[in-house]
Amino acid sequence: MKKLCLTLVGLYIGYFAGFAQDKTDSSKYKNHTLSFEEANIVSSYYQQTGNNSAVTGGIGTEKLTDLSNSFDVKLYRYDNQFRKHTWGFELGIDHYTSASSDMIDLKANSSASHADTRVYPSITWTRENEKKGITIGGGASYSHEFDYQSFGLNLNFAKKTNDKSGEFTAKIQAYLDQVKLVYPIELRTGNSNSRHIDYASTPRNSFSATAGWSQIINQHLQVSAEADVIAQQGYLGLPFHRVIFNDNSTHVETLPSNRLKIPIGLRANYFLGDRIILRAYYRYYTDSWGIHANTASLEIPVKITAFVSISPFYRYYIQTAVKYFAGYQVHTAADEFYTSNYDLSSFNSNFFGAGIRLTPPKGVFGFEHLNMLELRYGHYAKNTGMQSNIISLNLKFK
Amino acid sequence: MSKKTQQLKLAGLATAVIAIAASCTPVKEYQKSRLNDGEMTLGNRKVEKTENSFQTYREGASGGNGGKTGGGCGCN
Repeated sequence: MKKLCLTLVGLYIGYFAGFAQDKTDSSKYKNHTLSFEEANIVSSYYQQTGNNSAVTGGIGTEKLTDLSNSFDVKLYRYDNQFRKHTWGFELGIDHYTSASSDMIDLKANSSASHADTRVYPSITWTRENEKKGITIGGGASYSHEFDYQSFGLNLNFAKKTNDKSGEFTAKIQAYLDQVKLVYPIELRTGNSNSRHIDYASTPRNSFSATAGWSQIINQHLQVSAEADVIAQQGYLGLPFHRVIFNDNSTHVETLPSNRLKIPIGLRANYFLGDRIILRAYYRYYTDSWGIHANTASLEIPVKITAFVSISPFYRYYIQTAVKYFAGYQVHTAADEFYTSNYDLSSFNSNFFGAGIRLTPPKGVFGFEHLNMLELRYGHYAKNTGMQSNIISLNLKFK
Repeated sequence: MSKKTQQLKLAGLATAVIAIAASCTPVKEYQKSRLNDGEMTLGNRKVEKTENSFQTYREGASGGNGGKTGGGCGCN
């Protein structure tokens, strides 16, 4: 009798233990070891022409070429509380040659800035709680070129709505920069003929706060809005920009030591039918120097097949001039602040081009880990006469 | 811009925001195939990185697009 009872008790416990095992959800397994998520290579070639160089007082060649390369990799792992930690590492290297920078000391191929290389590494970290929809993160960056050095830090936060259809994002960022004071050769004091002088440096600091909201409207449409407030202080011009007054005297560009910027951007992406996507963007910008600018762009990716798409795009930009801008030989000694940098003048521009994107399931050109290839060309033209062309390539590895 | 024009523009913007918010319909995860497409990303794609950079150098405006806002380079 005892044996029968014990057997029955054992069967009873075993019956419910079996249910307990069935309740284990293997789909909740998360990788606790550091794993590779993706890597990207982005390379671009940029070529520019124009005749309003700020280095020569608003006249002269703006010819410039830039070869830009960046490599970034993302690694991730889950912690014991199933939160996803993601680390991003990026290294960018840009090499540019500039005919206008070459004129800082008024001799061809002699200025230290006629060619330069900019190196800019950065690191980011985020922690995402997928259950609560909360993400926090931070990052640090560094940038160095001959006449400019920058240290950057940022913190960010994001929170999704309960139904995951909306997301609020916030970010604060600081750049603590040093501008090397490379004046035009005729305006240097001391041993100006020496090509090995130690240039003094002066600070330029930028602080920004960003808030954004993205929202899924329906199965075809999602929208977002983003607003920044940016405060800059310090040396906000460039020391090698000349300004020629109406009496033909040469001066260094002089701009206020404070600037407040407020851009607001809106996006809407709509999947039209099965093959066409409409990507629209609008930005309004205003700042304390007097610039009011509007930007509008439209890109239309068309899916030729499920894995190949062609994306023509067009962007229009228009801005008013800063209060301190005037052209060659217009400024006078009565002006407290003055610049002849045509990037701060009143102008409008058109930017148009197209891209092609390949995402075959077995890898691009049969390379299994080459997940995506995107090639894009654009032509940019200002109504001041400056024109440029840019071609970019992005390779994504997974 | 006159005050009245400014107020009209703000009213129009507010109306658009309310209309968009009111038209939101719940979307389940299995219905997000179009929304999750790589070209539906709300933001600049990596291939646009250098384009955004040269626009920051060559134009007075920056920011509002998830990219550079100022600082970090000898740009505007």
